Amino acid sequence: MADQAEVVFVDGVRTPFGKAGDKGMYWNTRADDLVVKAIVGLIERNPNVPKDRIDDVAIAATTQTGDQGLTLGRTAAILAGLPKTVPGFSIDRMCAGAMTAAAMMSGSIGFGMYDLAIAGGVEHMGHHPMGSGVDPNPRFLTEKLVGEDALVMGATAERIHDRFPQLTKERSDRYALASQQKTAAAYAAGKIQQDLVPVAIRTDEGWGLATRDEVMRPETTLEGLAALKTPFRPHGRITAGNASGLNDGATAAILASGAAAKELGLTPKMKLVSFAFAGVDPEIMGIGPIPATEKALRKAGLSIDDIDLFEMNEAFAVQVLSFMDHYGIADDDPRVNPWGGAIAVGHPLASSGVRLMNQLASQFTERPDVRYGITSMCVGLGQGGTMIWENPNFNKKAKKA
Amino acid sequence: MTDYTKIDFDSLVALAGDDEVVTHSYVRDVPLSGGKTLALLTLDNGRDHTRPNTLGAATLLEYAKTLDELKARAAAGEIDGVAVTGKPFILAAGADLSKVAEIPDKETAKKFVQLGHFALAKLGEVGVPSFVFYNGLALGGGLEIGLHADYRTVDASAPALALPEVFLGLIPGWGGATILPNLIGIENALKVVIENPLKQNRTLKGQDAFDLGIADAIFPSVSYLEDSIRWADDVVSGRIKVKRPNEPGKVERLVKWDAAIGIATKMLKSRIGSIPKSPYAALDLMKAAKSGTRAEGFQREDEVLTELIGGDQLHASIYAFNLVQKRTKRPAGAPDKALAKKVTKVGVLGAGYMASQLALLFVRRLRVPVVITDIDQARVDKGVAYIAEEIDKLLEKGRISPDESNRLKALVTGTVDKADFADCDWVIEAVFEELEIKQNVFAEVEQHISPEAVLATNTSSLSVEQIGAKLAHPERLVGFHFFTPVAVMPLIEVVKTPHTDEATLSTAMVAAKNLRKNAVITADTPGFVVNRLLAVLLGEAMRAVDEGTSFQTVDEAIAPLGLPMAPSALLDLVGLKVGAHVLDTHHAAFPDRFYRSENLHKLAAYGKLLEKDDKGRVKGFDKGAMKIVAGGKNSRTADEILIALQDGLAREVRLMLDGGVVEAAEDIDLCMVLGAGFPFQMGGLTPYLDRVGASERVFGDTFHHPMITGVGA
Repeated sequence: MADQAEVVFVDGVRTPFGKAGDKGMYWNTRADDLVVKAIVGLIERNPNVPKDRIDDVAIAATTQTGDQGLTLGRTAAILAGLPKTVPGFSIDRMCAGAMTAAAMMSGSIGFGMYDLAIAGGVEHMGHHPMGSGVDPNPRFLTEKLVGEDALVMGATAERIHDRFPQLTKERSDRYALASQQKTAAAYAAGKIQQDLVPVAIRTDEGWGLATRDEVMRPETTLEGLAALKTPFRPHGRITAGNASGLNDGATAAILASGAAAKELGLTPKMKLVSFAFAGVDPEIMGIGPIPATEKALRKAGLSIDDIDLFEMNEAFAVQVLSFMDHYGIADDDPRVNPWGGAIAVGHPLASSGVRLMNQLASQFTERPDVRYGITSMCVGLGQGGTMIWENPNFNKKAKKA
Repeated sequence: MTDYTKIDFDSLVALAGDDEVVTHSYVRDVPLSGGKTLALLTLDNGRDHTRPNTLGAATLLEYAKTLDELKARAAAGEIDGVAVTGKPFILAAGADLSKVAEIPDKETAKKFVQLGHFALAKLGEVGVPSFVFYNGLALGGGLEIGLHADYRTVDASAPALALPEVFLGLIPGWGGATILPNLIGIENALKVVIENPLKQNRTLKGQDAFDLGIADAIFPSVSYLEDSIRWADDVVSGRIKVKRPNEPGKVERLVKWDAAIGIATKMLKSRIGSIPKSPYAALDLMKAAKSGTRAEGFQREDEVLTELIGGDQLHASIYAFNLVQKRTKRPAGAPDKALAKKVTKVGVLGAGYMASQLALLFVRRLRVPVVITDIDQARVDKGVAYIAEEIDKLLEKGRISPDESNRLKALVTGTVDKADFADCDWVIEAVFEELEIKQNVFAEVEQHISPEAVLATNTSSLSVEQIGAKLAHPERLVGFHFFTPVAVMPLIEVVKTPHTDEATLSTAMVAAKNLRKNAVITADTPGFVVNRLLAVLLGEAMRAVDEGTSFQTVDEAIAPLGLPMAPSALLDLVGLKVGAHVLDTHHAAFPDRFYRSENLHKLAAYGKLLEKDDKGRVKGFDKGAMKIVAGGKNSRTADEILIALQDGLAREVRLMLDGGVVEAAEDIDLCMVLGAGFPFQMGGLTPYLDRVGASERVFGDTFHHPMITGVGA
């Protein structure tokens, strides 16, 4: 029998996120190259991690065909120059792909089977538009297993507004504006860039270098947001401004057992407390983080009051607001997404989970007063995922002060 | 010094016309640390990797203009560094050779050469640190682009970096000959500029370029550009100080430099003679690069390169290069590849040295079962054992893996029972060179094999048609003439008899390609191409000797061709007996034109022509041999002998073309380059015969219209 092990998040990086489509900076860059460059950047800045000690490479992508196919975890490991003795696999839970990769690798470490693992994700939504190549079983509709809206994420978000009338479009827009402003401030302070791996990009004007997220709109105003179209419903509430966009990008993180981290002299940035995934009605998938968080808190023996930092994936503003309302957290609570979120930097589906971890980890480093934080996100077809982390830098005195 | 800014280069663009595939210079700004900016210039001709970036007039002018703009931006403080890189896999493959060949006169040639200096030098004068990121292929001018930069990085996966100019009759004249020795030392530079091009145009990998000191840093391909930009950032900001251990110091300049040039000159003379001009021109330039300014060096490069571009040797070289590069890919007269039969098992008749060599080549390249046979089990066992030993050697050298070695050895079997050939679909014979033996061995094996199986003969001197005289299905017989050493020589003469059908011919052509050889289709005439023309050469040489000219004079007479070896050395290499036999068979076929030498038979019986030392180096002619050939009374001058040879060759080639031995003069040249090592500067053979007037003297015309010559004055 294996001994249970402590699981730590050693480090995580990501590529800058691009705008999907032929006008985006990654149009001429392969999806697998994005995640390979993320892995290479990750390995380079963690020279104490022996490559041959990595037990597995789990890479998530929602659409696993073409340049996101061929068992990405394995191909990316080879392309990144990891020893051929290091195995790898692909994983998919749509938007929570990378989070699931991290959770499953954590489970393997926790059960004592792995010492070191890489978890990450990639989504090139330009090369693989949402829903491309899918073939849903007709029973979903004929037997009304899910509502018509279930596969249209914007429509599921409209339904959150329906269910919670107090969550108005104006609140959504205000939240979205804050996300842009917080991200702009974090960029100005150099906080986001520290975990970005630059990517050489081929364009019609020659080679360039992606060093920043492409879709940020720091100039956003409430008036501007109010004027945007509501593509999912006439006179609806969901706009391009209060939702994350269509993006290309990749993430990668190193997870380790506490013992391996100690042996190799690694400095863990976060310690895993618990994780949980939960299901909700697919046509209102955005509320998924609530039951997932309930479950994770229960497993951890914690309450929401113990959580001092929240990294929520902003698939839609309203979906984050529904979570905050549920727990009685104010719309502008500084504990939630202090550096902004996906509405500003983008959400390349399966990659985003690790981005949340990167940012929470960086915040932990500068916040010894914080003991617990969570990363949480909603998932297509009615799911939510939450991971609860503890800050290794936590210091009681700092908390009191 | 030349003031390049005063030259009007616009006339060159008109010359380039609309068909230059322009490699554009694109610029994007890349942020560096501390708010600095790197201007990244990408060379990209908009085509895929099958059409590499090349440097024509319009390309160079655009590059120069772009660098002028960057210089202005640098002066204005907008940028802190400039880096040049290429499209994926390719920086640039150098000057556009097709355009160089079209240059109409020396004045234009000079201007084109000067334009290269004008444009390339601007990178080093941009006013901020300059970099070239060798992201892939960088040949000739492509490599020289980087030499003008302050710093260079190279992609570890770069497939080829080289200055191949002297291979083509040129010199690295856009800074290569001047800058390179001052960057990496004279001995390293000699390796790149002289040694490698003359070793079948060997190129450098990324790691070699780094080790030699051409590149200051090397990065793996996975994040090559990102790493290079980060490195440039560190250099610009002073975090990295670049060290160049190979950069020549005072001592090297004083002591080593001239000595190295002297050694290289000597080596060159012994290897290729003194006829090819460009290697020696490159040596002179590199010698002069020891001192003085870059500008002086560039001016010397301008003059030398202009002279070479205008000369005969360059044009013949480009012609030969194109034959080897392009004509080999689409062999003249080859039937549709779709007609080729699949070769899934090979039978080799014979188990001697030649047969074993063939078996080894077939099993290595085709990786199908190969069965060999001979008249008794002992010979068969010896042959199989020899092949196994050769495979072991490949394994020891790391050329193949243990798995591959096991696979190849398991594929080779021996038998004395021809019934084991039943399922072979390709059977090649390499038995004793005697008609009846070959006829019988084929007739015997035919009883066992399917009627569709292809039969191939490696005969060099017999009629392929006659070899098939006893066959029930002569349409499946083809000549498949290798040159020794089989593993090295790139040519196969595929001989078509009047009976050979299209499927058989196609199978032979595809088989040759799969063996990684170049095939030329010839008619079933004595000596095919290479041996017939070498027989003219040796015959004329022996005729002169027999008449009373000394061997030494004969060797000297033929030296102006610049052949890889003198007639005496050639005889020594192929063996006096074989030489005598070759002359006999050709004399028998064409008694009025081919000379047969009784003296050569006597020499063969005596056994030696050259006197050698313990290490096999030639010291002179053997005195006994000289006595045997002495006695002729009609000594001729070197000039007379040379003209007789030129005329003899021109006459024979004309007859071969008229007789349909091959499709065109180009095929003759291809055969002589690949099968006999005739030099590029001769264009193989026919461009040389045209330019020395032999064609005109013999048949009142030329092989090529227009002739393949330089632009003269």
